[in-house]
Amino acid sequence: MANTISDETMDYVGILAKLELNDREREQARRDMERMLDYIDKLNELDTTQVEPMMHVFPVKNVFREDVVTNSDEHENMLANAPRVREHAFVVPRTVE
Amino acid sequence: MDILDLTAVELGKKLQAGEVKVREVVEAVFAQIEQSEAQIFAYVTLDKEYALREAERVQAGIDRGELTGPLAGVPVAIKDNICTAGMRTTCSSRILENFVPTYTAEAVKRLQDAGAVIIGKTNMDEFAMGSTTETSAFGVTRNPVNPEHVPGGSSGGSCAAVAARECYFALGSDTGGSIRQPSSFCGVTGIKPTYGTVSRYGLIAYGSSLDQIGPVGKDVTDCAVILEAIAAHDEKDSTSLIREETDFTSALKADVKGMRIGIPKDYLGEGLDEEVKQAVLAAAAVLEEAGAIVEEFDLSLTEYAIPAYYTIASAEASSNLARFDGVKYGYRAKDYEGLHQMYKKSRSQGFGSEVKRRILLGSFVLSSGYYDAYYLKALRTRALIQQAFDRAFAKYDVILGPTAPTTAPRIGETLRDPLKMYLGDIYTISANLAGLPGISLPCGKDHRGLPIGLQLMAGCFEEKKMIRVAYTYEQLAGKTVR
Repeated sequence: MANTISDETMDYVGILAKLELNDREREQARRDMERMLDYIDKLNELDTTQVEPMMHVFPVKNVFREDVVTNSDEHENMLANAPRVREHAFVVPRTVE
Repeated sequence: MDILDLTAVELGKKLQAGEVKVREVVEAVFAQIEQSEAQIFAYVTLDKEYALREAERVQAGIDRGELTGPLAGVPVAIKDNICTAGMRTTCSSRILENFVPTYTAEAVKRLQDAGAVIIGKTNMDEFAMGSTTETSAFGVTRNPVNPEHVPGGSSGGSCAAVAARECYFALGSDTGGSIRQPSSFCGVTGIKPTYGTVSRYGLIAYGSSLDQIGPVGKDVTDCAVILEAIAAHDEKDSTSLIREETDFTSALKADVKGMRIGIPKDYLGEGLDEEVKQAVLAAAAVLEEAGAIVEEFDLSLTEYAIPAYYTIASAEASSNLARFDGVKYGYRAKDYEGLHQMYKKSRSQGFGSEVKRRILLGSFVLSSGYYDAYYLKALRTRALIQQAFDRAFAKYDVILGPTAPTTAPRIGETLRDPLKMYLGDIYTISANLAGLPGISLPCGKDHRGLPIGLQLMAGCFEEKKMIRVAYTYEQLAGKTVR
């Protein structure tokens, strides 16, 4: 069955993806997604009720190490990559009035 | 003989013997780059000054007898999603156009310790999302064999640079075939190792459960040597494995007597170009002649690999690329009101359309209400695909088939239809889903002179079987198919 994605779902996905699309991009994205989902629906031909989801190639386990600093201070070099900096800190728009 | 025609290992021997100096080699590579790069565009960033400084350091190490390895003094190119301290690393994206990492990826560090000289960073599909190197924000890389055609992708710059003699070898990354498919299109050799073999520390993540760094080289020997240099357990990558047998060069033996090689019938069916099919079957016949037991079998589930892969890869990408928010690094939009609009505008302007397409799809399949139906369904399918390979490797040492269904398409041909582009990954993505090692090496050319790639896959941790079969084929037929 052909998938159709509602305006509400497109809005919701846009919020999750943190992307702002203009009308033309949005319609293109909707068509692309509907087409991909039609294709992905092929997986429904398979009976997977008895199959555990494979999260990882090998059995996953937590990997622990001592909490010891091994790197040098890269403070200034890291700040040099930031779009806006003031007084050794990242600048973002005001979030609390 | 032109030193640019040497393999990495051949060059390394000459450097050790003092027959050629590192500086001469670096100068020769940059002279070649000057000649061909305007047409090929394999590199996003080149740093000749740095390379010449490195050449001095490495030459001194060789002269003192401290750098005695096969890669000491050999120029290497690094895919631009692998971090290099002090050298711009862009993922071929506007959003990282000016990003300069503060640290170096573990795989690169291991090459530097071995004395390899980094000359630049190679072009790629933006964030490794693509199969042609056309989604790069900085321009299209052209196939050195025929510049009207794409080099493949996403490691298209790395493979084109090796093919154009603009370096001796390169690092690429492979999430769904991104080392093997461009190797096939450019007529070079590339390995995707078993998941967890090479540290992903410093590799800018796309699909974390699928990504592996691997070598691109001129032949099987070079690739085995490079892989041996970069494969190691690394505490800084929690998915890095502790492996005992990483002496991959010990498998460089021309002997396949009694080895069992399976050809999946599903890999010879609809969609496969006839010339590619004939070249691959001819390669299988060479191995059979040499004493291998070759037979066709039903692998099954092949048609489900692509829908499972794009669901999982997009989901992981949407999560991994959430970090690009215009705060700590990367592009920030000029005009915005408030924090959320800053995020949205920065990302919407900074990412290209293929990246946005996958982030949106990934966000959708992970959203509540669709998570079970799409994401978990894909993970269950992934388990079934892994089981199918387990069954196959109980019977066969190595699986043989084509790397890609066709030779390199013309520039602009694939990009118009994303789904069509995704279908080109049909033979390579299963190795990523199941964590398996795979190699692509040249096995002929089509009537237009475009290279055809032979893919060999082995069970997890069985790179040596795969390398042995590849090396044997190369010794018997490799020189004639190039």
